[in-house]
Amino acid sequence: MNADEFWKGLWRENPIFVQVLGMCPALAVSNTARNALAMGLATLFVLVASNAVVALLRDFVPKQVRIATFILIIATFVTVVDYTIQAVSLELHRALGAFISLIVVNCLILGRAEAFASRNGIGRSILDGAGMGLGFTLALFCLGAVREILGSGSLFGVALFHAEFQPWVIMLLPSGGFFTLAAWLMLFSRWRAPDA
Amino acid sequence: MSTPAPLPTADPSAWSMARALVGVGLVCGLLIVFVYEATRPTIERARAEALRRAVFEVLPGAASSQSFEPDENGRYIPAGANSSSEEIVHAGYDTDGRLVGLALDAAGMGYQDVIRLLYGYATEAEAIIGVQVLESRETPGLGDRVESDPGFQANFERLDVSLAADGQTILHPIEVVKPGEKQHPWQIDGLTGATITSNAIGSILRVSTLARLPAIHARLGDFEPKDSEPGDSEPGDSGKEVAP
Amino acid sequence: MPDQGLGSIFLNACLINNFVLAYFLGLCPFLGVSNRLETAVRMGGAVSFVMLVASVCSFGIERVLVAIDAPYLRLISFIVVIASTVQLVEMFIRKTSPALFRSLGIFLPLITTNCAILGLALFQTNKGYDFAQSIAYALGAGAGFTLALVLMAGLREKLELAPVPDPVRGTALALVLAGILSMAFMGFAGLGV
Repeated sequence: MNADEFWKGLWRENPIFVQVLGMCPALAVSNTARNALAMGLATLFVLVASNAVVALLRDFVPKQVRIATFILIIATFVTVVDYTIQAVSLELHRALGAFISLIVVNCLILGRAEAFASRNGIGRSILDGAGMGLGFTLALFCLGAVREILGSGSLFGVALFHAEFQPWVIMLLPSGGFFTLAAWLMLFSRWRAPDA
Repeated sequence: MSTPAPLPTADPSAWSMARALVGVGLVCGLLIVFVYEATRPTIERARAEALRRAVFEVLPGAASSQSFEPDENGRYIPAGANSSSEEIVHAGYDTDGRLVGLALDAAGMGYQDVIRLLYGYATEAEAIIGVQVLESRETPGLGDRVESDPGFQANFERLDVSLAADGQTILHPIEVVKPGEKQHPWQIDGLTGATITSNAIGSILRVSTLARLPAIHARLGDFEPKDSEPGDSEPGDSGKEVAP
Repeated sequence: MPDQGLGSIFLNACLINNFVLAYFLGLCPFLGVSNRLETAVRMGGAVSFVMLVASVCSFGIERVLVAIDAPYLRLISFIVVIASTVQLVEMFIRKTSPALFRSLGIFLPLITTNCAILGLALFQTNKGYDFAQSIAYALGAGAGFTLALVLMAGLREKLELAPVPDPVRGTALALVLAGILSMAFMGFAGLGV
């Protein structure tokens, strides 16, 4: 039953493929698998940390100011992640650009804080955050891998095809992001409801 | 959003709201400051290291470097440790302490976002001898090939930016031509599939060289190694006005 | 790039680097509110207005943060100030113009967590725009957002009665449309501003 809090985020309530939340960062940085993975992990960390703190504070914060408090907490963790990534790899920070800061307005995080962590215990909230975060990372990786394989013929920078492969340049551009996500959504709705 | 759950505080007073907001705000602020202070040395070291590498990259043959910034009279003086002046100039010296060239910052709009780059200017040859992209968010696999494509990088082995006879402007401002049509040493061969980015790099270099090189060239003496004579009496800067 | 002309900043934010179609910012309202043309126009108006306010505010905050040398507080103060400004604007409109409130009101709370607003504030700071340039950037971004939303709503209204296969219905279809629109907007890159 506890495990369910975790698994639902990965599959049944996958944030991107099923709930279609937090798409801005998902599309913007998923043009290579590496960027997608980094963005996913950063979001995962913020999600788990903010869920934990929100759950801890849920009796302390009056509900009139809860959204403001949640935003404060989320913004803090995003700033922490921002500086940590800069310290670990400047190059990665450049690739992700301003989109790290935009994790703040990822509706997924505020949504989980509001809908789950503010009314559940800390243990369950952490599990929920981890599940949702991993589901988000997984989805981002699916997008990034497809776009990188088709768009530059490589995965994690390693060339996959023969040198004659003509990359589908469009996959790297914004429209390719929209198309890839649309294709995954279709695939997912088929999987979830085979008789639809 | 879903319906709000019944939260324990039924009738919160202004005090409890203020307490929650201020309390959370304080703790958050402290946490941010702590992380900022903890990571700052690493980040600054990485930044300085990246810049140093880039300076040596765009000035082949340089073995040491020194940063300069202009004082209020337009004279270049060694820059402070954390100077953020946009006019900063990095001078590179070879193992004998002779000036190899100057590395300059330049920035401009690329396809998606600002591109910042560093270019090496060989003072004697009056040519750009290397360009490194410091910051860009160009499309991976397309625009970012300007950093890796050997053909495009070859443009900057010796890109002519010699000054006009009066020393006030560049004789032939840098221009970008279609791939494979480079005929003159001041032209840049564009990169197929990265038209906008290569045009952007060309125009960033053109704007920056036009604006800065005449003034810098007039004060080349400032960059001579410190142990030689002070740069005031160098022939290059006799009564020269600083270009706007 | 401090020496860019105002017109070129406007066109750039509106067409070439359209917030929705090139930066993927503000997708949630884009997909959520683009069913009807009329709501799309209103939403676009509301977002443009808040963008303008947010742009002015964040310009001020950035000045303060630079003055007290605290860049690490940028994100947290941007988001807090934007959220409270939206709240204030909402209260102000409700008091002064009930008619306007009825047409914009329900969208205002949604806008607080719209990434386009925070994105605008962060981008204009990163690019080092001065005051007039920030305003031009905000106006361009707002116009671009409205344009994308209106185009999208027009397309979706047309497709409402079209026979579309089941798995594609809904979000997937909207995303394919957005992809095609985005491709069309890529052409504007040739404007070269």
